[in-house]
Amino acid sequence: MKVLVPVKRVIDYNVKVRVKADGSGVDLANVKMSMNPFDEIAVEEAIRLKEAGKAEEVVAVSIGVKQAQETLRTALAMGADRAILIVAADDVHQDIEPLAVAKILKGVIDEEQPGLVIAGKQAIDNDMNATGQMLAALLGWSQATFANELDIDGDHAIVKREVDGGLQTIKVKMPAIVTADLRLNEPRYASLPNIMKAKKKPLDEKTADDYGVDVSPRLEVVKTSEPEARKAGEMVPDVDTLVAKLKEKGIV
Amino acid sequence: MAVLLLAEINDGELAMDATAKAVSAVKSLGDVTILAAGASAKAAAEAAAKIDGVAKVLVAEDDLYGHRLAEPVSALIVSLAGDYSHIVAPATTDAKNIMPRVAALLDSMILTDVSAVVDADTFERPIYAGNAIQTVKSKDEKKVMTIRTSTFDAAGEGGSASVEETATAEDPGLSEWVEDAMAESDRPELTSAGVVVSGGRGVGSKEDFAIIEKLADKLGAAVGASRAAVDSGYAPNDWQVGQTGKVVAPELYVAVGISGAIQHLAGMKDSKVIVAINKDEEAPIFQVADYGLVGDLFQIVPELTEKL
Repeated sequence: MKVLVPVKRVIDYNVKVRVKADGSGVDLANVKMSMNPFDEIAVEEAIRLKEAGKAEEVVAVSIGVKQAQETLRTALAMGADRAILIVAADDVHQDIEPLAVAKILKGVIDEEQPGLVIAGKQAIDNDMNATGQMLAALLGWSQATFANELDIDGDHAIVKREVDGGLQTIKVKMPAIVTADLRLNEPRYASLPNIMKAKKKPLDEKTADDYGVDVSPRLEVVKTSEPEARKAGEMVPDVDTLVAKLKEKGIV
Repeated sequence: MAVLLLAEINDGELAMDATAKAVSAVKSLGDVTILAAGASAKAAAEAAAKIDGVAKVLVAEDDLYGHRLAEPVSALIVSLAGDYSHIVAPATTDAKNIMPRVAALLDSMILTDVSAVVDADTFERPIYAGNAIQTVKSKDEKKVMTIRTSTFDAAGEGGSASVEETATAEDPGLSEWVEDAMAESDRPELTSAGVVVSGGRGVGSKEDFAIIEKLADKLGAAVGASRAAVDSGYAPNDWQVGQTGKVVAPELYVAVGISGAIQHLAGMKDSKVIVAINKDEEAPIFQVADYGLVGDLFQIVPELTEKL
């Protein structure tokens, strides 16, 4: 079985996000970029399936600016076998919407015929939480989102999902789309020798046009603003004062 | 314009708070029709018919919808979509799973976690873990969206909408439910609780989380946790408060041993009053807290539990 893993290049999760003064978006110029953390979990899960003998090949795919090839090299250094870069934007500030990403991925999947797609449940930039579900819809495949545990059992996958009330286990027909939640695994760090080896692994480059997908956005960004700041209150010296303050406010 | 709203139903029971908040978010957009889908959904439909601003309730009762799997529920919504300009649901994990699938089937771009409705085409939603708020204008004919309920007040009760049965859609036959491991608890539900007490990495172990639970029980509160506490195995995943967990806005939020990472703040900063207890006086949580207390949580929390 071949496993396809879509990965996104996003602002590094440790970087403080700054909204641009003109309200046009978040400043991404000269900012450290990394692989979306949920996608790292997805890559790790795919590699573990290969190590367990349940998958033969892991293919990483990224859609966005040309620099996303760095993100793909990270996936290759972690253990993916090859990568496909689909250049769909010239400017790092141009986010390709999940619907367009899903349409391009469908084109890739029609060619590659994987048995399983593992994606991150959401990207930490637009926080959409949508690409996996949309891709499953376009392919007419089953979907198992917010995975906490994944087990492949012949032509089915058994997936434990993180839901509001706790954990739900479902059984989905393969081929399937699985999206990774935080507790699915702890991704490995790429070792230096593997980083060197990754440089020699195949990385194909294509464009959105190759798949006949129009990536122009459906959602026009009117403005981007800072959230209303919450003012710090007061420090209290002890529990008695805290209890008195809360009683004064009529909360307890 | 007309709105179709997927009610949140768990085991045949309507989640009134989430559903009524979603109704109040969208009722300016047109007549609101609620879809009550489940293995048993009639009682939930009757309850939803009482929400102010609801014009009609459609009931789709079938075992197929019992566990609200994405494939059959999206097929159902798409079969009904023709009459509506907006298709919405409160942003629960069920809806986050279902609605993007619906949107793609309708060739619309989903709008998730909508925190404000500006007009029929324009909406606000938080991005970058709540570090920025984006206003977007949708060019799609049909808007499909999930509502971040914590920013809306629940619509009142007192309506009497008509309740009609609707035809079920075909079973795509792609997925089956196996089992649920749901926490049984007498405590209020986290996203609708008036008071929430949350513990973080500072609590130190699963066993020590008992002191958080004791304080919560004294206050009649729900228990929450930071991502760090859940990742460390101190608390179950369904307690996680934050951008990728649950978003809460109670009257009182007590953060114990939580440093206040951005992604946690995104999940609780709309709380009316925030109390922070932490041994590190530099912890970022104090910058959003109304009342901060620096010290050892193992002394402070039991003392607070006793004195409240």
